[in-house]
Amino acid sequence: MSRLLIPKRRTPRLTRRELLVGAAALSLPACDSAHPRAGFLGAMERVNARLEAALFDEDRLAPEPPAEEETPPGAFPKYFISEAVPLAPRNWRLRVGGLVTRPVLLTLEDLQRMPRNGYRLRHHCVEGWSAVATWHGVRVRDLAQAVGASPDARFVEFRSFDAGYWSSWDRPSALHAQTLLAYGMNGYPLPPEHGAPLRLYSAVKLGYKMVKYLTEVNFLPEPTGGYWEDQGYEWFAGV
Amino acid sequence: MAHWVNVPLLVIMAMSGLQIFAAYPMLGPRGQPVGWYPFQGESPPGWARLGDWLAGARHWHFAFGGFLALNGAIYLLYLVLSGEWRRRLFLPHRDTRNAVETLAFYLRIRKHAPAQGLYNGLQRLAYTGALLLGILAVLSGLVLYKPVQLGALTAALGGYDTARALHLGVLAGFALFTLGHVTLVLLHPRSLGEMVTGGRRPDV
Repeated sequence: MSRLLIPKRRTPRLTRRELLVGAAALSLPACDSAHPRAGFLGAMERVNARLEAALFDEDRLAPEPPAEEETPPGAFPKYFISEAVPLAPRNWRLRVGGLVTRPVLLTLEDLQRMPRNGYRLRHHCVEGWSAVATWHGVRVRDLAQAVGASPDARFVEFRSFDAGYWSSWDRPSALHAQTLLAYGMNGYPLPPEHGAPLRLYSAVKLGYKMVKYLTEVNFLPEPTGGYWEDQGYEWFAGV
Repeated sequence: MAHWVNVPLLVIMAMSGLQIFAAYPMLGPRGQPVGWYPFQGESPPGWARLGDWLAGARHWHFAFGGFLALNGAIYLLYLVLSGEWRRRLFLPHRDTRNAVETLAFYLRIRKHAPAQGLYNGLQRLAYTGALLLGILAVLSGLVLYKPVQLGALTAALGGYDTARALHLGVLAGFALFTLGHVTLVLLHPRSLGEMVTGGRRPDV
């Protein structure tokens, strides 16, 4: 007579050691600081971008800080990638194209005849600083309507004459009520060191997404990266 | 287990955070640096940073931050569901006296340690403090990540630049806690073994 031995299934519990070694082995080789948008770091950026897009509310407006919080003149950083302040060509025009029914070339006067909006907003730079200024100009959403942007254009690309600096955006952020094609700053015409004659300004993105010295706005079916984005900075970069 | 996951995650967050801070090592908005911060303009040392450059460090920070917050949330849930919070958290009316007496004992002012259970009052104070630091780290971090989308939280913490100072302050707090924590564990080497293995189940 033999006793029937029923082997007990070993409960599949990970030991601490297995888990720690496994986690270390999985995570570290895929984290390359020089190529942060690849490997594990890049995969996590795509996860985060989805969360960011889900968190984004097109009706939520950034609060406007009181006038006394405006950054003192001269303290608002000036930034461009060209060696010297880029100056607009004499017959400057904004070219608006892509998936639109009415592609146009707009002069500054054309833009100034469109509905004008202005906001005082806190600027959030990727470097960690903030600053406050007032901007006025035309909302991208009004431009999109004027040119008849197709719903298939889920992305908007902004190009400049600053040594080819550009960035592409998700459509909801570009069409947010506080996203402007700004031709004025703090009540004055936009100065050359801040992107004259026309720059993008928005409450809902980090500074590097806001292309200055604009030459083109294109409504596109695909994202096209950007100057800093292609070097490793986050593409969504919402705030 | 949850405890040891914290170690690499905290190191990654602290070091990548310092690399991010190095991009603008000042507190206060542009043109209005705060007066109380003594290290305005001083970058954290290179050995304490991770990520090589701003974009690298930001990717490290945002790739692992969620895991640290998740681990903290799991621990909080465990404290609540298991009832352990009664034994581990600092309850001022119960633990203040014991915390003061234990501190006096550590400082050699008092000869004998006060009577205690598994945790003494000072431990409870430190662990509760670390927990509050963790919660503050997550909240201030969320403000820095999404100051506009989480506008209510931004306002509650006193604005973006205040949240940034808080986030750095939390790091200093964690550094102090870790220093004290590791010092005491090294003074009581036996507890280290128990921390690694999970230890004997205490008889209540």
